[in-house]
Amino acid sequence: MVQNKPLLSLKEVVAYVNPNTPAQTALLNQLNLEIFEGDFITVIGPNGAGKSTLFNTIAGSIPVGSGQLLHHGRNIAKENVVKRSQFISRVFQDPKMGTAPRMTVAENLNLAAKRGDSRTLKLRGLKKKRQLFKKLTASMNNGLADKLDVATENLSGGQRQALSFLMAIIKRPELLLLDEHTAALDPKTSAQLMEQTNRNITEQKLTCLMITHRMDDALKYGNRLVVLDKGKITFDVSGEQKKKLTKEDLLALFSEIE
Amino acid sequence: MSMIVSSIGQGLLWAVLGVALFLTFRILNFPDMTVEGTFPLGAATAVAAISHGVSPLLATALAFLTGALAGLVTGLLYTKGKIPILLAGILVMTACLSINLRIMGGANISLLGKQTVFSNHFLELLPKYFDSVTVGLIIIVVVTAALILFLQTELGQAFIATGDNPIMANSLGINTDNMTIMGLMVSNGLIGMGGAFIAQNNGYADVNMGIGIIVIALASIIIGEVVFGELTLNQRLVAVTLGSILYRFVLLIVLQLGFSTNDLNLLSAVILAICLMLPKLSALLGLDHIISKGAAIHGSK
Repeated sequence: MVQNKPLLSLKEVVAYVNPNTPAQTALLNQLNLEIFEGDFITVIGPNGAGKSTLFNTIAGSIPVGSGQLLHHGRNIAKENVVKRSQFISRVFQDPKMGTAPRMTVAENLNLAAKRGDSRTLKLRGLKKKRQLFKKLTASMNNGLADKLDVATENLSGGQRQALSFLMAIIKRPELLLLDEHTAALDPKTSAQLMEQTNRNITEQKLTCLMITHRMDDALKYGNRLVVLDKGKITFDVSGEQKKKLTKEDLLALFSEIE
Repeated sequence: MSMIVSSIGQGLLWAVLGVALFLTFRILNFPDMTVEGTFPLGAATAVAAISHGVSPLLATALAFLTGALAGLVTGLLYTKGKIPILLAGILVMTACLSINLRIMGGANISLLGKQTVFSNHFLELLPKYFDSVTVGLIIIVVVTAALILFLQTELGQAFIATGDNPIMANSLGINTDNMTIMGLMVSNGLIGMGGAFIAQNNGYADVNMGIGIIVIALASIIIGEVVFGELTLNQRLVAVTLGSILYRFVLLIVLQLGFSTNDLNLLSAVILAICLMLPKLSALLGLDHIISKGAAIHGSK
């Protein structure tokens, strides 16, 4: 893989909770990370290591305290969530967070198809895209395709997360952020969604960062693995080296942390 | 008979307030107190404009504008000023009291002898109270149709998503602040317009005419929901109008029972409270069970 210019690079990024107050704490501590096009990076680390903060900082929901966030070399640290949504899409851990509960599956997909675009007084054109929505939802093999006109609050957790995932990729994102998107699901549903996730990412050569608590998933999927601890990247392997990595190696890494 | 026609006319005229409040209360999911100020603001604007010789239709359009402007202020206080929505609404509502006095130059103005939207040859030929039925019907059909159409646009869908799940909407690139401000402006604009029509129907504007407006508007929304149950979004908008008419019928019945018009605000509050508690009450009294049983028997016939 030619890896000269990163898609996104974080240079000495610091992110605070309670900024400018006595309770100010750094959740990201001069973190450096370069993300290259086509990278599928699994992110692991103990609780409170700053994994979700890392995602929130990249997506723009937590401000960059100091340091630089470079998108194709341009500093986007000051840009907000709305602006960054033009190239970033996201799936949250909580199934309730990723979809609009009172809107139907088709309406949600339709909203996501326009991610980052300006919304005008043009009619939404739901019928025209119905075939596409049918095809996409059918690919998830979980009954979602029969529920295009059902409000998402009436879906199962697995169906909601599958929908959130489809919404994140229906318009190709330059960078896909998956924040433990299968963690709230039962083991079988979780494994199923993980397989679909992997298939879509590899087939479409998406660039992706995926937080996970399951070491097996972190080892099995992706071409690169990073460990986050105390707001810093403490371990970063890719390619052949990652393939050789075992669960024992990871457990050893974790015991060093603790 | 004329009482019933009058109630239908009032129900149709006041329905626009319910539909307007639906945008904030049901779609954006918050109670907007601004309406208690924008209703008399619209009335004051229209009546003052008409008494200065402005055409009634233009005066009504001006009422929409002033209402929308007040909604803009509430929206800015809430989204940019980070003032809680309830308080932001109360602040603007209170400020409107002074502004309304300024606009009218006194506590009330009469439209006696002035042209209004109701001074029309065709309307004057109709039997008593049918003028408000006709005008009310035209307004509510136009407003409801326009809103239904708007909610089917890309912008309208982004607006609904903002109320449904702001975090998701934001992550899809929807500027939720702008959507909230837009909702408050359109809602309060319509409330102002409603105030203008009702003032023209009454023949005067009064600074105190805003008191209890939010309860009346909420009552039409809630009664519509309680009576018609599970509906699509578009159907729910239509149900608000029917709820508004039903609310007038309930008032009519209560007044027939011997209450005076001075009791209206108390009665409105009681009716709304009962409707809001209805799901709880029906569960308590086992009404759900009885109704579903009745429906099952009816269905099996």
